[in-house]
Amino acid sequence: MALLAVNNLSAFYGPIQALKGISFSMEEGSVTTILGANGAGKTTTLRAICGMVRTEGSISYLGNEISGKPTEQTVASGVAHVPEGRGTFTRVTTEENLLLGSYTRRDKQAMKEDLETVYTYFPRLKERRDQQAGTLSGGEQQMLAVGRALMLRPKLMLLDEPSFGLAPLIVEELFGILKRINEQQKVSMLLVEQNATLALNLADHAYLLETGTVVISGTSDEIAADETVRRSYLGY
Amino acid sequence: MASSDQQMPGTRANPADSYELFGVKMPALRMAAILIGIVLALVLPLIVSNFAVFQMTQVLVYAIAVLGLNLLTGYNGQFSLGHSAFYALGAYTAAIMIDRYDIAFYWTIIPAGIICFVGGFLFGLPALRLDGLYLALATFALAVATPQLLKYEHFEEFTGGVQGIDVFKPDSPVGFLNADQYLYFFVLICGGLLIVGAWNLVRGRTGRAMIAIRDNPIAAKTMGINTSLYKSVTFGVSGFYTGVAGALGAIVAEYVAPDSFTFFLSVWFLVGMVVGGLASIPAAIAGGIFILYMPNVSEWVIAQFFGNDPSAKALIWVAFGLFLIFTVYVVPNGLAGLVRRFIMMFARRPGG
Amino acid sequence: MDLFLQQTLDGLATGAIYASLALAVVMIYQAIDHFNFAQGEMAMFSTFVAWQLIAWGMPFWFAFLICLVLSFIGGMLIERIVFAPIHDAPVLSHIVVFIALTLIFNALAGFIWDFTIKEFPSPFPAKLPFETNLIGPHELGVVVITLFMLGLIYAFFRFTSVGLAMRAAAANPVSAALVGISVKKMLALGWGLAALVGAVAGMMIAPKVYLEPNMMLGILLYGFAGAVVGGLTSPGGAVVGGFLMGVLENLAGEYVIGSELKLTFALVVIVAVLLFKPAGLFGRVVVQRV
Repeated sequence: MALLAVNNLSAFYGPIQALKGISFSMEEGSVTTILGANGAGKTTTLRAICGMVRTEGSISYLGNEISGKPTEQTVASGVAHVPEGRGTFTRVTTEENLLLGSYTRRDKQAMKEDLETVYTYFPRLKERRDQQAGTLSGGEQQMLAVGRALMLRPKLMLLDEPSFGLAPLIVEELFGILKRINEQQKVSMLLVEQNATLALNLADHAYLLETGTVVISGTSDEIAADETVRRSYLGY
Repeated sequence: MASSDQQMPGTRANPADSYELFGVKMPALRMAAILIGIVLALVLPLIVSNFAVFQMTQVLVYAIAVLGLNLLTGYNGQFSLGHSAFYALGAYTAAIMIDRYDIAFYWTIIPAGIICFVGGFLFGLPALRLDGLYLALATFALAVATPQLLKYEHFEEFTGGVQGIDVFKPDSPVGFLNADQYLYFFVLICGGLLIVGAWNLVRGRTGRAMIAIRDNPIAAKTMGINTSLYKSVTFGVSGFYTGVAGALGAIVAEYVAPDSFTFFLSVWFLVGMVVGGLASIPAAIAGGIFILYMPNVSEWVIAQFFGNDPSAKALIWVAFGLFLIFTVYVVPNGLAGLVRRFIMMFARRPGG
Repeated sequence: MDLFLQQTLDGLATGAIYASLALAVVMIYQAIDHFNFAQGEMAMFSTFVAWQLIAWGMPFWFAFLICLVLSFIGGMLIERIVFAPIHDAPVLSHIVVFIALTLIFNALAGFIWDFTIKEFPSPFPAKLPFETNLIGPHELGVVVITLFMLGLIYAFFRFTSVGLAMRAAAANPVSAALVGISVKKMLALGWGLAALVGAVAGMMIAPKVYLEPNMMLGILLYGFAGAVVGGLTSPGGAVVGGFLMGVLENLAGEYVIGSELKLTFALVVIVAVLLFKPAGLFGRVVVQRV
C-alpha cells in the first residue's frame, strides 16, 4: 500500500482552479519532489493534502481517505507540514516552538527523547533553546520549522520550499540533515522546491507541475536527464 | 427602489437604469416610488391622529440622524458609535437657544447643524489617525462620556443639569394645521432638503471620493484624492445631519435631558443604519421607521405573552439585539439590500 | 500625604477591576482582532447570576465558583454560536454583533432581575486584622483576589501546554493548525477565560457600586482605557494599564478635575494614547503591509 496516493485531485481558491486533476503516489521511505515554476500549483498540492484548500478528488494516506478532513486531524495522524515561510511562532521560545510540534502526542517519555534527537540534528537550536524564536536567523528558523515537524514523529513530512531565501552553505547543510532524517528516522518526504538541482539530488522520485497539471514524472535520475527539464529548470 | 449603486468614474448614469421590471423602466419606477412617497408624506398627516403625526415626525427625525451616520459609515467607511454625542449637541444647542435666549425654533436648526459640523470636523481630525476598530473605540468612549459631561455642575447654568431643559412645541401659525401637523411639515421640509442635499453629495465627485476612500484608502490617495480632507469633512457633514436631527428632535420631544443621550442612543442609530441598509439614502427612512415602530410592535407581541409586566418591556431590547444579529447573518445589506435583491430577481434588460 | 496614599491604594483596588477587564479585552483582541464591546455586560450578567445563587441561600465562595464555571461555559458558547459563523465577516458586522450582545445581556438582566438597585455582599471581613486607615478591607480583598487570579492565569499561559497552544493559535492560526491545534477550540477556550475574568471583576466591584444592569458601562470604558494605555498587544501591559487607570482616576479626581468628569477623563486618555502612542506602554506597533 502506498503511503500517499493522490487521484484526480483538483484544488480551488474560491472560483479559481489551481490544480486540475493531478495524480501521483509515494511509497514509504521515499523522498518525492514536486518541481515547477511559480504558480504551477506546488504549494497548493501540499495545502490540499493538509485540508487547507477546497478540493475535489481523492487523497489517500495510509489507505485512509483524508480529503475534506480538517487540518488538525490530518496532522494528528502523522502528516507534518513545514510551510512556506517557515511559519515560526515568533513570540515564543525556540523550545516552545518545538514542544508545540508535539502538541497532538501523549507519550511524554518519547517526546522528551525526540526533543533530544532534534537537538542532535540541529545543535544550533539547542544553543538558542530559550531565545525568542523571532530572533533566530532565516536558516535557523528553517531548521526550527523542520525540527518542529519532526517533533510530531511524522510518517510523512511535507516541505514547502525549504531553500527559499537561504545562503547556499546553509541550504547544503539543511539538505544533508534532511537526507539523514529520511534515512535514520524513516520519515518519508514530499518536497516542493524551485531549486530543481537541489531537489533532484535529494529525491528519488519527481513530478513536474505546470499550471495545475503533471507534465512529466519519473525517478529523479530520469528527470534530471530529461532535455526539456534540463533546459527550462536546470539551466543548461 | 434601486439606489446609490456605485458609479463608474466620469459617468453620471446609474447602471441599473437600463433594466425593466415587469415592463416598466427602472428610472420610471424610481420616479413613481418617490412620487408615491411624497404624496403619502404630504397627505397622511392630514388624516391620521395627532399621536400618529407625532410618531411620523419622530420617524423623520431618526431618519435624518441615521442618514448622517450612514454618510459617515456607509459611504465613507468610518465607524462611529458616538453619534449620540452629536445628536445631544444639536439638541442642547436648540434647547438653550430657545429657552435661554428666546430664539424662535426655526432659527435654531442651522446653528445647531453648524456647531455639530464643527464638532464633527474637529473630532474627525484626530480620527484620521484611527482606523476601523480604534475609531469605534474612541467614539464608544465619546458616547459613554457624554451624559456625564452634560450633567457636569459647572455647565449647569446652560444645560440645566440632571433635569435638563424644557422646550415648548411651537404653535401653528396657520389655521388649517394644528401644532403637531405644523411641526411635522417643518421637519419634513428640513428632511427633504437634507435628503436632496445628501443625494447630490453622494452622486457627485465628493460622493465618489468618499466611496473610493471607503473601499481602498491607499488607492484613493494615489488617485490624488486628499483623503484627510475628505474624511474630516465627511465627519463634519455627518455631524451636521445628526446635529440637525438632534435639534429637531429636541423640539419634537419638548425637552432635553442628559439621560436621553446615552450610548444606547448611538446603538439605536446603528441599528437603524444596519437594518435599513448601508450606503443607501432611502434606507435611512426605512431605518427611522424601524427604530420607531419595532419597539411598539415588539411591545405588543410581548404583551400577548406577559401582559403588562413592566420588566417584560426589557425584552424589546432583546428582540432588537436578536434582530441585529439576524440582519448581520441573513441580510447583511439591510432592507435596502433586500429590496435591491428582490428587484434584481425580476428585472430584465429589454430585448434580452 | 495620607490622603495621597489613601487615594492611591483605593485606586489600586478599582484598578484591579479595570486590570481584569482590560485583560479580558486584550485576550479576545489577540485571538480575533476585535474588541469585545459586550465584555462589561457579560460581566454584569455573571454578577447577577451570582447574586441569584446567593439569594437562594448559597454561601458566597461557593456561588462565586459556580458563577465562574457558568461564565466560562457561557463565554465558550457565545464564541461557538454567535461569532464562529461570522469569523470572516467585515469589521462592521462584528461591531454590530457585539453591540447586539450588549443590548441582549443588558435587557435580559433587566427582564429577569429588574432595574432596581440591589446590594451585593462583600465576602471580606468588615474589619482588617491590623489597624490602618489607608485602605478598606474590601479594597484590600479585591486586590489580593485579583492578583491571585492574574497569577493563576499567567501560570496557565506560561507553563501549561494548553496555554502555550492558545498563545500559538492567537499569534499564528495557520501554523497552529499545522501542529494539530484546533484553532476553533482555542478560540472558544479564550472566550471562556475572558468571560471568567470578567465575572470576577463584576463580583468584586458590585459591593461598591451596587448591582444594576447599567453598572458596567463606565467601568468597561476604564477597562478599555487600561488596555489601550498598557498596549493592546500585551496582556501583561493591559493589567498594568488597568491598575494605572485606577490610580490615575482617583488622583485626577481628587486633585485635578473633581469626581464628576471621570468618564470624560477616560475618553481623553483613550483618544490621546491612540493618537500619540498607539502601541501603549508595552505593546508593539502593528505595521500594516500595503
